[in-house]
Amino acid sequence: MKGEGSSRGGAAMRMRGLVRKEFLQVMRDPSSIAIAFLMPVVLLVLFGYGVSLDAEHVPIALVVEHPDAGTASFTGAFRQSRYFSPVGFSTMRAAEDAMRRGLVDGIVRLREDFVRRMGEPGGAPVQVIVNGIDANNARLISGYVEGVWSTWLRHKADAGGSSLDIPVQVEPRIWFNSELRSRNFLVPGLIAVIMTLIGALLTALVMAREWERGTMEALMVTPVTMKEILLGKLIPYFILGMGGMVLSVIMAVRQFGVPLRGSLPVLFIASSLFLLVALGMGLLISTLAKNQFVAGQIAIIVTFLPAFILSGFIFDIGSMPPPIQVFTHVIAARYFVSILQTVFLAGNVWQVILPNALALLIMAAFFFGMVRRKSRKRLE
Amino acid sequence: MAPASSKEHPFPGEERVIAVREVSKSFGPGGRSVAALTRVSMEMRPGVVTGLVGPDGAGKTTLMRILAGLVIPDSGEVTVLGMDATRQSLKVQASIGYMPQRFGLYEDLTVQENMDLYADLQGVPEELRQERYRELMHMTGLGPFTSRLARRLSGGMKQKLGLACTLIRPPRLLLLDEPTVGVDPVSRRELWAIVARLVQEEGMTVLLSTAYLDEAEQCGEVVILHEGQVLGSGPPGSFTNQIKGRAFAVRAAGMKKRYIQERLAGAPDVIDAVIQGDHVRLVTGTAAPPDVRTLLPGAEDVSVQPAPPRFEDCFIAMLRERGAGGKADEGMKGPSGVAAPDFAKEGNWEHIIEVRDVKRSFGDFYAVKGITFNVRKGEVFGLLGANGAGKSTTFRMLCGLLPAGSGRLLVDGMDLRHAAAAARARIGYMSQKFSLYGNLSVRQNLDFFSSAYGLTGQRRAERISSVLGQFELSGFADTRSLDLSLGYKQRLAMACALMHEPGILFLDEPTSGVDPLARREFWRHINDLAGQGITVLVTTHFMEESEYCDRLAIMSAGRILALGSPEDIKARAATAETPAPSMEDAFISLIMADEQAGGIT
Repeated sequence: MKGEGSSRGGAAMRMRGLVRKEFLQVMRDPSSIAIAFLMPVVLLVLFGYGVSLDAEHVPIALVVEHPDAGTASFTGAFRQSRYFSPVGFSTMRAAEDAMRRGLVDGIVRLREDFVRRMGEPGGAPVQVIVNGIDANNARLISGYVEGVWSTWLRHKADAGGSSLDIPVQVEPRIWFNSELRSRNFLVPGLIAVIMTLIGALLTALVMAREWERGTMEALMVTPVTMKEILLGKLIPYFILGMGGMVLSVIMAVRQFGVPLRGSLPVLFIASSLFLLVALGMGLLISTLAKNQFVAGQIAIIVTFLPAFILSGFIFDIGSMPPPIQVFTHVIAARYFVSILQTVFLAGNVWQVILPNALALLIMAAFFFGMVRRKSRKRLE
Repeated sequence: MAPASSKEHPFPGEERVIAVREVSKSFGPGGRSVAALTRVSMEMRPGVVTGLVGPDGAGKTTLMRILAGLVIPDSGEVTVLGMDATRQSLKVQASIGYMPQRFGLYEDLTVQENMDLYADLQGVPEELRQERYRELMHMTGLGPFTSRLARRLSGGMKQKLGLACTLIRPPRLLLLDEPTVGVDPVSRRELWAIVARLVQEEGMTVLLSTAYLDEAEQCGEVVILHEGQVLGSGPPGSFTNQIKGRAFAVRAAGMKKRYIQERLAGAPDVIDAVIQGDHVRLVTGTAAPPDVRTLLPGAEDVSVQPAPPRFEDCFIAMLRERGAGGKADEGMKGPSGVAAPDFAKEGNWEHIIEVRDVKRSFGDFYAVKGITFNVRKGEVFGLLGANGAGKSTTFRMLCGLLPAGSGRLLVDGMDLRHAAAAARARIGYMSQKFSLYGNLSVRQNLDFFSSAYGLTGQRRAERISSVLGQFELSGFADTRSLDLSLGYKQRLAMACALMHEPGILFLDEPTSGVDPLARREFWRHINDLAGQGITVLVTTHFMEESEYCDRLAIMSAGRILALGSPEDIKARAATAETPAPSMEDAFISLIMADEQAGGIT
């Protein structure tokens, strides 16, 4: 009764049934919708507005022991800088106290002989003390102080009619993110984190739910094949994940003004590749765990956290110790983050995109191979 | 011992629907592996219902899964509809219908959407669907509920929907794994009626597993499975015939049935003694009626009449035979010297628990809708009802684990609203899941629970050695409780609940899933406790167990439908057609009457 043709028609009918069921479940389960659409918005708003790696308006103590016109032009330079919010102190003791209480992050001290020694050959020393607890921030502050100081010197020389006599001049130009906005760099990376969540966490949970509620056993005794069950999960969550991606890209460009210099097709293809890797990981996790709680924990630990910490999304991979740098190569998000940052900020730079895309392709193939091997139509 | 399964073959030309030869299967890693099936062989004739009968853990589900090609046996051959179930599992799955014990309905899909899904998966052509849906809805009575979410169906309705999904493309062979467990008796009868129709009208072959022994008598053939081995197979009549002339009904006016039962159970040559209705049912090893008069000294009016044999009698006899040699008499000992004669007589007692118009809701769902009853000191009080009737909620309120929504709850004179902790010190509670620590030994579990109840030093040591003796657990004191059999786990759980010598003991579904021997053993312990004056409250969905209770309340959908002694309740259901109804008959007639009165919407 069943020819080759009819059994193929049967496969299409079974796929239709599975995919329709999955969509109905997603629509009736608020938690899936929340992970796919609410989570990206919350994370983007949080990171887009809340997290900034730039030091701006750093509170700083200015100790001027003998104020006069000379010191006023120096402190004026600090007041004008958008990096600092200076607070004046007349004694060093008061400034140190403020630093200890965490009211200021640094102290700039001009001694009482500042103006007098400026004209002398040795020059006038300026004492700078920086709170070094947050090492990264401390380096930024001392760099900014130096910047303010050298700008002030140049202005002073210009005003005096002579040019500053420095043998080597550094003329920096900043590419790709010329305003040095950390948001431009964080938001594309965040998309990788969001896609990891939708792809791996959501899939791991819904697949484990089938095992937990006993629906898997009922599915297995129908003529459906394991391949169809897996595809029936992949298709809906691929669509859901791409929906989350589109939402994130629109928010990144419209809401946060992140430039998109590369092309949309490249972005689409790279995202599809990464989403496949994430879905593959999610399916593999739930095939091994078969329990929503455990699957959720594993998904967070092996996919979400590494995507957050080791992908270069926030922390620069180049400054990690060499063994950890090597380890980041097994983190799929690493490749996607570097594609995203390139496509958004630099454009279609094939030398970056192609090797990373190839790595994603290999990882996707690996995970799906593993899933196929591990999922048998058996209950043991 | 049991007759061969093939007396007359209705379709001599046809192959066996199922042939299982020497199948073994064990689970778990190497050293700790547990044998689920040991050299199991069975056959099934076409066109009949074959019952796979056995207690939990007998290996029924494993065998079902092997037949469905979901589990690969370690050794042996399995042929289903002429195909090898292991190598051709996809083909087998395409031609059978299989309903797992927990049928995977998608709870957030409607009845119709669930059926659509399975119609798609089973490849039912669109043009045939409407017709098939109509038939199935008619058969299951789910027609009015097609747009309801599966999660909002009652337990019995879910089971029927699961069956409808399995039958969406009529299979030649239907495997049903415990379709009636935990289902209310009305739905249970309906499910059986559906199965009977499928066999008679559609010529389907059905393999149905069950732990209810009374259901075995409704099967065409029975295969008894126990601890992974086949104890016997054949038509149910071939089993009951072995017991013919060995079953008796014993009555003794003025004596408590529990006392009679205890005395008779301890006698030599007695295979089984259970309370049934107004008498004690006795099964002996030989055809001679026992000398009851000497067993019941002081009884005035004793009558012993022959009774029709039941399937369960034979099952018990088989289990005893298996356990023969050394273990045979264990569990058949009389009461451990406590059943004082005063307790053998009926009497009046003061109320120890009072429940007045108690309600409890979860969200907009009322689990308990205003119940009122009293429990007397020293009695065994039963709460009988299907899953979801509100028994466990009532229990948790009585134990002070869950505050009542409204109404009054007095336990040993204390109001649970104000003195829940004080009341809790006087009660023992054994939950459905036996709250034991699996990787602690029996002694460590007892140690922990006695420390939780604040027992220390000498008294703790005394209590532990006393319960080890009382529940015959001494031999297992250092065994991990995980490795105990279900019956022993149950005893240990009860021992833990009794560490602080409470006056009231709450047992929530204590016997669900344990084999009939262990159940009898367990009830012997309960009788013992009642004999010592401890009040016992017990919930159960086994109708026949209600016979052990002094009084019981029948619950359905959060309300008490009837309250009284088992005889009272049954007497109320007696009609001209069924002058001596069983507890199940009584239950069904109560539910029917309630439905007619518009109690259930």
